[in-house]
Amino acid sequence: MTLLIVQALNGVQLGMLLFLIAAGLTLVFGVMNFVNLAHGVQYMIGAYLGVAFARLTGGFWSALVLASVTAGAIGLLLEWLIFRHLYRRSDLDQVLATFGVILTLNEATRLIWGSNPLELQMPELLSGSFQLVEGLRYPVYRIAVMAAGFVVALLLALVVNRTRIGMLIRAGASNGPMVSALGVDIGRLFRIVFGVGAMLAGFAGVLAAPLVSVAPGMGENLLILAFVVIVIGGVGSIRGAFVAACIVGLVDTLGRSLITDLARATLSGPSSARVGPALASMLIYLVMAAVLAVRPAGLFPARA
Amino acid sequence: MKRVLGAAALSLAAFGGTAPVASAQTLKIGIVATLSGPQASLGEQVRDGFQAGIDSLGGKLGGLPVELTVIDDELKPDLAVTKIRGYVESGKVDFVVGPVFSGVIAAIFKPVTASGAFLISPNAGPSTLAGKGCSRDLFVTSYQNDQPHSVSGQFATDQGYKRAFIVAPNYQAGRDALNGFKSRYKGEVVAEDYVPLSQMDMQSEIARIADAKPDVVYVFLPGGLGINFVKQYRAAGLNTIPVLSSFTVDESTLPAEGDAAIGFYSGASWAPNMDNTANRTFMSAFEAKYQYVPASYAAYAYDTARLIDGAVRAAGGTDHNKLRVALEKAPFESVRGSFQFGANHYPVQDFYLARVAKRADGKLQTEIQKKVLSADVDPYAAECKMR
Repeated sequence: MTLLIVQALNGVQLGMLLFLIAAGLTLVFGVMNFVNLAHGVQYMIGAYLGVAFARLTGGFWSALVLASVTAGAIGLLLEWLIFRHLYRRSDLDQVLATFGVILTLNEATRLIWGSNPLELQMPELLSGSFQLVEGLRYPVYRIAVMAAGFVVALLLALVVNRTRIGMLIRAGASNGPMVSALGVDIGRLFRIVFGVGAMLAGFAGVLAAPLVSVAPGMGENLLILAFVVIVIGGVGSIRGAFVAACIVGLVDTLGRSLITDLARATLSGPSSARVGPALASMLIYLVMAAVLAVRPAGLFPARA
Repeated sequence: MKRVLGAAALSLAAFGGTAPVASAQTLKIGIVATLSGPQASLGEQVRDGFQAGIDSLGGKLGGLPVELTVIDDELKPDLAVTKIRGYVESGKVDFVVGPVFSGVIAAIFKPVTASGAFLISPNAGPSTLAGKGCSRDLFVTSYQNDQPHSVSGQFATDQGYKRAFIVAPNYQAGRDALNGFKSRYKGEVVAEDYVPLSQMDMQSEIARIADAKPDVVYVFLPGGLGINFVKQYRAAGLNTIPVLSSFTVDESTLPAEGDAAIGFYSGASWAPNMDNTANRTFMSAFEAKYQYVPASYAAYAYDTARLIDGAVRAAGGTDHNKLRVALEKAPFESVRGSFQFGANHYPVQDFYLARVAKRADGKLQTEIQKKVLSADVDPYAAECKMR
């Protein structure tokens, strides 16, 4: 039972990281109808910038702010340099071009920082841990990551639902051409959304850096999960991204733990050790398939 | 006069292939290693270690100047085959040194040996080429892949640990690793967990370990997986349960793991603090030039360069059959101390339990604690019928 609680906490924490990445991705996908595979790279860039700024300034907090802002700026630069030329082109062109950006930026990070994984120290203030169950201490930092995710979700919900720019974003997600026809500078709207999305992914990268190793290509694994999140949640919906991120985080973490034990208990012989992990990796995709079967547009579709 | 000289030069050049003039002869060696992608740092160690070996001998091997070609296999077997074919067909190659990963050696083994070159692996030592598939033209200077894992299994048995929790990534090498551990572990395996290779956060595994309360943990978590595991294991306060490992805490990952790794154990046949002249020379020269603490990848590549040097000297040139006889005798001082080849051209060597410790200069390294296996022969050697 205690194991279940610990794993649930881990699941929510993974969900919050996923949400920070998926939030930007779902808006870019929803508002601009643009498939940006390079979104995961923003996460990696955030983590690397976090390490670089922490070395420069010697503090985690200043690094968090500087790295997030710089990651956002790099996102805008990429948008201006490459992505804005792709909005009118086919999905395949977008996928190919953004995939090229992934390869280029991954190798560029390797050239600048080397291929050895780097380390970012967590802030002194949050480096403690507390006794959760007997024999296991839970790091305060992970609780802080969860809290940061909740705060960002709340802020985003406020902006999207209560402000003028949020209204335009919602309108853009449900019918872009109409918003443009009404005289709104849709290009500017795109840039704002893109910059904020890139910044959030960078922010997630810095937050994750003390927990996982900072290495080239670290964004790609999360990107696949982030796509699962936005498909389940409904493209363009912040609320959907939040709920779906929690679902994916929980299902993935709890599923792995439970299925491994279940397979061991029910099957015998060498196959039991193989069936568990295989099933566990499939689990979130099964959930995605189930959601799509019932609600083809996701849980909270932005386009009504 | 000019024409006569020119003709003489031409005929000499044409002659060069079969009856070399000693002064004009060079040793043609290709290094195949993974130099791009997430695992590039391991390939860089192989490249640097081999170069350090050449440098230690005044830039020559066996008294011959070396024509060295570095090939990046990008950890893609198909690409490695294409590149290696192009290389060995470009002219007579004496040695191919590499690769890092077993998946690549399976692909390049045939093209290299068929071309008349020796393949010397400074890291990958798959079972397929150690038993029935062994070859006269393949030498492995690292170990057979099972061995580093079985060291931990033997140690756990020796210590009387009754309940073990074992973890590896969910792919072939991961399953081989846990089977290697189990082959010499006599206690109960309470959980055998396979995590996805792409898993970044190990907190969930750590919660399971805390819940199972085993006597000992054995992990094979290479690269980023291990870095995350080590840091999070310490943060979770599981300090009382010892962790045995392979390829999880080595000098390639220690800089990123930091002090959290101190006290983790690892099965190995070499460690930076090994006390012999060859190793002291290697360590000081390597660190002075490359500014990082080498891991076994670099050490075995260094040994490989010195092995080639000794063999070319003993054979008195590059005659293939003479070279093979010379190589089999392993005519060099290994950084591991005693070193010899078994009948299948895989090493017969001692294995140790190493422990991560901090050096006086603040850098981390693994240090030999205890000899676990003496002159260990890999389990496949008996099946090898060398033709």
